[in-house]
Amino acid sequence: MSALEIRDVSHAYRKPALRGVSFSIEPGDFVLLLGLNGAGKTTLFSLIAGLLGLQQGSIRVLGHEVGRSAALAGCGFVFQQSALDLDLTVAQSLRYHAALHGLSRSDARKRIEQELERFGLAARMHDLVRTLSGGQRRRVEIARALLHRPCLLLLDEATVGLDVPSRRAIVQRVRAQCAEEGATALWATHLPDEVEPGDRTIVLHEGQVRDDRRDIAAASLPDYFAGLAS
Amino acid sequence: MTAKALRCFVGIVEREFLRFLRQRSRFFASLVRPLVWLVIFGTGLRTMVDLSGTPPYGPGVAYEDYIVPGLVGLVLLFNGMQIALSMVFDREMGSMKVLLVSPQPLWYLLTCRLVAGVIVALPQVYAFLACAWLWGVRPPLSGYLYALPAVILAGLMLGALGLLLSSLVEQLENFAGVMNFVIFPVFFGSTALYPLSRLSDANAVLAEVARLNPFSHAVELVRFALYGRLDITALVATVVMTVVAMALAVWRYDSGRILRRSLAA
Repeated sequence: MSALEIRDVSHAYRKPALRGVSFSIEPGDFVLLLGLNGAGKTTLFSLIAGLLGLQQGSIRVLGHEVGRSAALAGCGFVFQQSALDLDLTVAQSLRYHAALHGLSRSDARKRIEQELERFGLAARMHDLVRTLSGGQRRRVEIARALLHRPCLLLLDEATVGLDVPSRRAIVQRVRAQCAEEGATALWATHLPDEVEPGDRTIVLHEGQVRDDRRDIAAASLPDYFAGLAS
Repeated sequence: MTAKALRCFVGIVEREFLRFLRQRSRFFASLVRPLVWLVIFGTGLRTMVDLSGTPPYGPGVAYEDYIVPGLVGLVLLFNGMQIALSMVFDREMGSMKVLLVSPQPLWYLLTCRLVAGVIVALPQVYAFLACAWLWGVRPPLSGYLYALPAVILAGLMLGALGLLLSSLVEQLENFAGVMNFVIFPVFFGSTALYPLSRLSDANAVLAEVARLNPFSHAVELVRFALYGRLDITALVATVVMTVVAMALAVWRYDSGRILRRSLAA
């Protein structure tokens, strides 16, 4: 059973945003979804999350129809737009997420401490989110997505707006986490330098899958995109 | 209810309370507004308005006694708008997505959010009633207990209307205008400040508007409950309105109707 199976998905607002997108991801894979701004990555993530209704095609998450309770329970999401309550502390924000996923207080407390420790934020646990830097907020969001031990992690431009060292640290942390826990990850980005040799990379351009392979070299991607654009 | 669903409910209520505690000005604003009406408007009109024989009051009822349930309704009306504003804010800031990707069904999540909003309103309502008591508006003590379910139900109805409104408002910037457009006609076109019998004498159309206004029913439900009585018509109207508004809100939020616009923009 695939962790994520997308078949012939098309979606349109006023103009088409996705056109016949199909791919699947096997359990344990770390897959990059690479595309320029406006390629349709966020639309695809919103469909996988069930935030948008499917217009055409099918999506199965962990063997379940998209939007179903079992599918959502197995997924962890990091959205492109920050989704933290600025007026709550880091611990309160994470506790809220844990409650939404039905974790008990004691489990939530343990996991919050564990995840914040892993992401180097244990000392900021009781600080208001609004006092954190952009990079720290993103790490809180990733820690939050991992809190309920999802089998499938979906990250939409999780490093957007961060400096290069912060981006690298976050990507490495997520890669390590997936390797340690055997989780599957779909990482959407427009930044070619987040691709490492051997990564499976799906290139999305103008709503269509243009490439899907493991041997895309990060260094050649700017030229690759220039070629697609022309 | 499963343990997971219960934890989800507790988490949503806790978040609303924490946000409420961080916004202390919201609590004081919710008190000042009805107190200004009670102290200034109530005192000014006391000698001009004769409310003798207006149910559920006995003869010689003071105008302040009459308007207190209407002002409780005003607190709940603003709270309903606060629920709507908070939903629009969460949608704009992105935090609503965290709620929507929870494994609980959408209708349940929205209901939790509604109930959490009403729970936050209860201290505001009872703080206002305590101030009114100090001002001399003193219904029977048992009335404060009888009023609790009525206040909750009225809060649910106004909160459900707030949720529905939040599904219709596209941007945060539009919300202030929408609030004024909703709050003032709903409040003044109701029985909050004057009884239906007096309105009928003055203007039949306005009386009909007030009679059909769901806010009038919420206010009457609280008014009668404060004096240990039940207004069946108000109860039925409030329950029906709550269910209809909530069903429409869930329908609007379902299938990405709300998020589609923000993504398409």
